[in-house]
Amino acid sequence: MDCLLINEGFPLLSFLIFLPLAGAFVLFFFSSESFARLWTLAVTTLAALATLPLISGFDTTTAKYQFAEAHTWIPQLNINYIVGVDGISILLVILTTFIMPLCVLASWKYIKTRVTAFMFCLLIMETSMLGVFMSLDFVLFYVLWEFMLIPMYMLIAIWGGPRKIYASIKFFLYTLAGSILLLVAIIALYLKNGSCFIPDMMWQNYSTTFQILVFLAFFLAFAIKVPMFPFHTWLPAAHVEAPTAGSVILASVLLKMGTYGMLRFCLPITPEATFALAPYILWLSIAGIIYGGFTALAQNDMKKLIAYSSVGHMGFVTLGIFVLNTRGVEGAIIQMINHGVTTGALFLCVGMIYERTHSRELSVAQGCGKYMPWYATFLVIFSLSSFGFPGTNSFIGEFLIIAGAFEFNKTLALASIPGAVLAAAYMLRMLQKVVYGTENNPDQSHLKDLSVREIAVLTPFLIFVFWIGLGPQPFMDIIHVSVANLLDQLHGWQQAQDVAAVFLQ
Amino acid sequence: MDAASTTAHIVENANLGLAVMIPLFGALVVMTMKNHPNLREFISSCASILLFIIVLSFIPALKAGQTLVYPIFHLLPGLSITLRADGMSMIFAMVASSLWVIAVFYSMGYMRAHDEPCQTRFNACFALAIFGAIGVSLSDNLFTLYLFYEIVSICTYPLVAHHQDAEGYAGGRKYIIYLTTTAKMFLLPAMILIYVLVGNLDFPHDIFTGMFPADTKSWVIVMLYIFCILGFAKNGIMPLHHWLPGAMVAPTPVSALLHAVAVVKVGVFCTTRTMLYVFGVNTMDMLNLGIPTAYFVSFTILMASVIALSKDNLKARLAYSTVSQLSYIILGVALLTPHAINGGLIHIVNHGFSKITLFFCAGAIFIATHKKNISEMSGLGRTMPFTFGAFAVASLSMIGAPPVAGFVTKWYLLVGSMEAHQIGILLVLIASTVLNVGYFAPVTYKAFFGKRPEGEVETGIHEAPLSMLIPILIAVTVSVVIGIYPNFMMQFVEMVTG
Repeated sequence: MDCLLINEGFPLLSFLIFLPLAGAFVLFFFSSESFARLWTLAVTTLAALATLPLISGFDTTTAKYQFAEAHTWIPQLNINYIVGVDGISILLVILTTFIMPLCVLASWKYIKTRVTAFMFCLLIMETSMLGVFMSLDFVLFYVLWEFMLIPMYMLIAIWGGPRKIYASIKFFLYTLAGSILLLVAIIALYLKNGSCFIPDMMWQNYSTTFQILVFLAFFLAFAIKVPMFPFHTWLPAAHVEAPTAGSVILASVLLKMGTYGMLRFCLPITPEATFALAPYILWLSIAGIIYGGFTALAQNDMKKLIAYSSVGHMGFVTLGIFVLNTRGVEGAIIQMINHGVTTGALFLCVGMIYERTHSRELSVAQGCGKYMPWYATFLVIFSLSSFGFPGTNSFIGEFLIIAGAFEFNKTLALASIPGAVLAAAYMLRMLQKVVYGTENNPDQSHLKDLSVREIAVLTPFLIFVFWIGLGPQPFMDIIHVSVANLLDQLHGWQQAQDVAAVFLQ
Repeated sequence: MDAASTTAHIVENANLGLAVMIPLFGALVVMTMKNHPNLREFISSCASILLFIIVLSFIPALKAGQTLVYPIFHLLPGLSITLRADGMSMIFAMVASSLWVIAVFYSMGYMRAHDEPCQTRFNACFALAIFGAIGVSLSDNLFTLYLFYEIVSICTYPLVAHHQDAEGYAGGRKYIIYLTTTAKMFLLPAMILIYVLVGNLDFPHDIFTGMFPADTKSWVIVMLYIFCILGFAKNGIMPLHHWLPGAMVAPTPVSALLHAVAVVKVGVFCTTRTMLYVFGVNTMDMLNLGIPTAYFVSFTILMASVIALSKDNLKARLAYSTVSQLSYIILGVALLTPHAINGGLIHIVNHGFSKITLFFCAGAIFIATHKKNISEMSGLGRTMPFTFGAFAVASLSMIGAPPVAGFVTKWYLLVGSMEAHQIGILLVLIASTVLNVGYFAPVTYKAFFGKRPEGEVETGIHEAPLSMLIPILIAVTVSVVIGIYPNFMMQFVEMVTG
């Protein structure tokens, strides 16, 4: 366990995991709705503030897991409670805690029924999401990974739109189907190693067949979560029916678990299979980028449009991961954060229109820019960010990913470019409709511009759009050492295999 | 020149940042002035004058042989937003900032006389377009160039679609589709590939070396070159020029700004900046990229002139004239001889002042008479002598007759084409001059010597308001002055070619 940096003193990570859980149980004893809102806001804000020492205490010079905690859980099976963060996961932890209070604020008026239960679900979600990103024990990871489905299912099924039952069951079945294979792979790895400690499973000399099988099991589970084309069909349904906060959590955090899983498990545990199968995954990513772009271009429902744009954007992330070089992987991690920020903000924007017009149709929202200048300003900035306008966050991500792809294979990189063009096309189409419309717009004069609360929800996103867009260096510093270490080991492992192959001949 | 002596002349100057901030800040202030039209226009004009003064303030340092730089944001290793003022940037910065001053006053007259809607948005976007144009001119690397290029695309969309009718939306859609698609499709991959190959995107400080390391494969450079030429679609090279006539639906001050300053000049400036500083004369010579480019744009020069002949709508004729004239600039640089490059680059200035005069005249005619078609303008010259007089002088500049500015361009281009031993190019220039006469001379001739249509009331038509007429006269005077005394602007051009 020398890969852990165990900090003496306050168990920060456990505090982050259990704080929302404890907060959720407090809600059992109070029935007031306004208390539930305030209490949840307070708890999530406290969690967000508690990540500040995490950032300041994070050592950017080591690839070890930091703030680690290890406690015995089920000694008979060698299953332990081990948590820690490194450069790959810490930004996702911060993203999660940062998104949650904003989700609570965004649901302030949107959720009118069963408020306490809604807030309870949000808090439970936060616990399990943070746990997934921090777990270093496979069983702990799996428990939280599965546990997350339940509050998410309820968020869609109870507070969702007209087809909420269909959407929630589809979401549940898809992700569950993937998870079952994940469990099989975990058990197989456990039987090989006799331990569930994730770093112990990495860089072992498993046989080729074993690696390919484990990789495929992992990959299917994660690809459904991302979602990669062609496993994406649950996403538009879930997004369209989910309440705003649900969509934001889904887009900003849940989708990242798929790509996080690929980075954390596929690459180090099954390196041989990664090298063997990467070309196929890369072209699948390209297919997703183009497919997502074209489908988004055809949508008239704003939430569907953004949902399909997510398929395209996450295609860029998987592209960056599997080119297996520094620029690509760093770009992929930055792009995960960017997508969380930008798409989350866009879903909030759609939610704000929905609260006013009770419709997500572009034709209903047409021309509202005239009466909602503040709204239009935010929407323009987030849309520009979404298609990678230079100076905004997504540009940095896409730039690095495409640069990584060029290093790997020029044809591949050029093939991803139409995706960037399509992104501009569907985003500008949406902007044109919402801000200007046509010459016969519906009467929008009854629409009220954003309230102070809504501006307060969107402003933090705006800050991150420009911060990552114009000064990404602090973020790059955080992820750099871990990524370099991962890729060094990966390519070192490959060289070792080549040497071994020469000797065996 | 060795590296040490070049770096010694690079001086950091925060005024560069100020030059970019003024139009941006001006636009933000203008946005809050919805209910105070006079104050709003006052702010616009103050910002424009202030910007012009700041640009002028760079001249002494440049004359002393310095290059001014100012880093703003550092993004990734080798990727930053940095500003630079050298000879090349001054050519365009001078044009953009001085024409903004004139255009602000002109559009004040035009927009008020025509009682246009949404004047606040108009003024703000106008300033933002200048923000982009100044940023482009002061870019120190390809990323900064790309950033401001895209800002210009986005910020001019509301100007093109200004009238918010079916025609405006159609023109705006075409405009944004052409410009963003080409930029994303060609420029973005080209920029990223250059970053991967070179490790940074910084322009060198001379036009010969280019950015590429010696071992770069030549097919990659050729591919990148084609991507860069196609990617900057604002340069109006056929077949990617269709957005430009489509954008004619905009109010005339916008057309003037689009055609003379902010948009098309951004396109040609970016193209020539890339040709000279990213690829460099040596690389282009070695791979023989110059002459094919010259012949490629020759097609645009001739074809656009022929189309212009067939247009009766004055603004459409001017639009095709712009398409043709822009390619002069690229042609000159593509010939790669010192005189030809001089001719190409000085045409950024010459065309800017002359073309803005022509568009201003078109707007003045429209305000005074509500006529858009040339065939309806017979005899108007006698009632609007100043407007049509200015039009006549500016069209002489387009034709390339002395002593107006365009003559300087023609002279250098002709000398340059002989230097390059390209008889074909020489013939293209001559043919184009004849075509220019063919589509400009009839306008003036009809206006002064044509008969008014039978039965039309003579009364009620007089010159446009003074706030429009004075900018016209200033612009046309400058066109003549830089024709007679080209050295002031040529000094910057010569800083480029050495």
